Amino acid sequence: MLAKRIIPCLDVKDGKVVKGTNFVNLRDAGSAVELAERYYHEGADELVFLDITASIEKRKTLVNLIQEVASVIRIPFTVGGGISSVEDISDVLNSGADKISLNTAAVKNPDLISEAAKKFGSQAIVAAVDIKKMSDGYKVFINGGKQETELEGLSWCKKVSELGAGEILITSMDKDGTKSGYDIDFISNLVKLVNVPVIASGGAGTKEHFLEAFNAGADACLAAGLFHYQELKIRELKNYLFQKGIQVRL
Amino acid sequence: MIAIIDYGAGNTASVINVLKDLKADFVLSGDKEIISSADKIILPGVGEASSAMNILNELYLIDVIKNFSKPFLGICLGMQLLCRKTEEGDADCLNIIPVDVKKFNLQKTKVPHMGWNQIELVNNNFLFNGIDDKSYFYFAHSYYVAENEFTTSVCKYGINFSSSIRYENFYGVQFHPEKSAEQGIQIIKNFLSL
Repeated sequence: MLAKRIIPCLDVKDGKVVKGTNFVNLRDAGSAVELAERYYHEGADELVFLDITASIEKRKTLVNLIQEVASVIRIPFTVGGGISSVEDISDVLNSGADKISLNTAAVKNPDLISEAAKKFGSQAIVAAVDIKKMSDGYKVFINGGKQETELEGLSWCKKVSELGAGEILITSMDKDGTKSGYDIDFISNLVKLVNVPVIASGGAGTKEHFLEAFNAGADACLAAGLFHYQELKIRELKNYLFQKGIQVRL
Repeated sequence: MIAIIDYGAGNTASVINVLKDLKADFVLSGDKEIISSADKIILPGVGEASSAMNILNELYLIDVIKNFSKPFLGICLGMQLLCRKTEEGDADCLNIIPVDVKKFNLQKTKVPHMGWNQIELVNNNFLFNGIDDKSYFYFAHSYYVAENEFTTSVCKYGINFSSSIRYENFYGVQFHPEKSAEQGIQIIKNFLSL
């Protein structure tokens, strides 16, 4: 049976892992490569790197980072953050990443998803969608959560899956960094609507939160701070999930 | 010398990293002379089938591969290209193994088949030496080869499909050994010692 996946997420700035709360207040969590290696040995199923470096040298530092990460881990990883063209995608995949995630660029140019899926295959294209509950429902945010769009959460997710994204990484901005659990309502609606794997993100604080998300139909659960500061060990989490009847790779 | 076929089909870096770890003597090349004189060939594969076949054709590699008599390993799309034809881009493949590649049924399962899944070994096969039955491997694909007489391991995803196939010196794995942690490294080690 296909196992449910546990995915540590590394928000990277200038090669260092940082983690914020509700998308702000970053604090340093160490070297990205060292942390990646640790997660590989602890049994992570996959890793996600979101590069938030803003410098002009960004592309070069990102390629170096991907090459270094690829040389120490033997599990798949996704890279996202500022990827906005087929050339960017090609650079990232050729450096050793398995998938790329598109967020702001996909909203601004939805055709990029279909072009990328056609060239690299859907399995390499992850649509990252940041949502926030507003008075008129869930809205999609871009530019690292700074800018609200007109797009409604569920319909945008449906659209990206139709355009060819092979996976949806859904992050609840309301939940991110709060450790109050994933946005179960949204996830359970999303998995009914789309036919691609869904990665739940934002809000993990306890082992039970992962169980809730998997029971709601998530294919994978992502968490950052919880793992970075060793509040929860991946093995301990997986053993718990296994005991609760969730199929995991032990 | 192992030749990794460079045909622009994505992630060769990961296969190269594993070969480096194993201190293997390898070259990444699209040159037909270099490839035909190799002791082993690896055909990695991330990408789209019809364009991959076009590139192999432009590189004059189709006959080189068909006539190769030493161990050959196709990974993911590289395995599918060994087959007769594929629904992906409605392409004719290398037709080394006479089976077809189909798309997963969206009504039955999520597509792509993405993540770690268990395989069942169905034929005693040197490639799987040291691998326990029901081991997990990493898959990322939307097309599959049904179970057939060339199947060496089976994976369940809505239906039973071939997680690996073999015909004579041609080995194919649908999963990514280079991304399947220690189990995957063992597969590549086994291939190197063929």
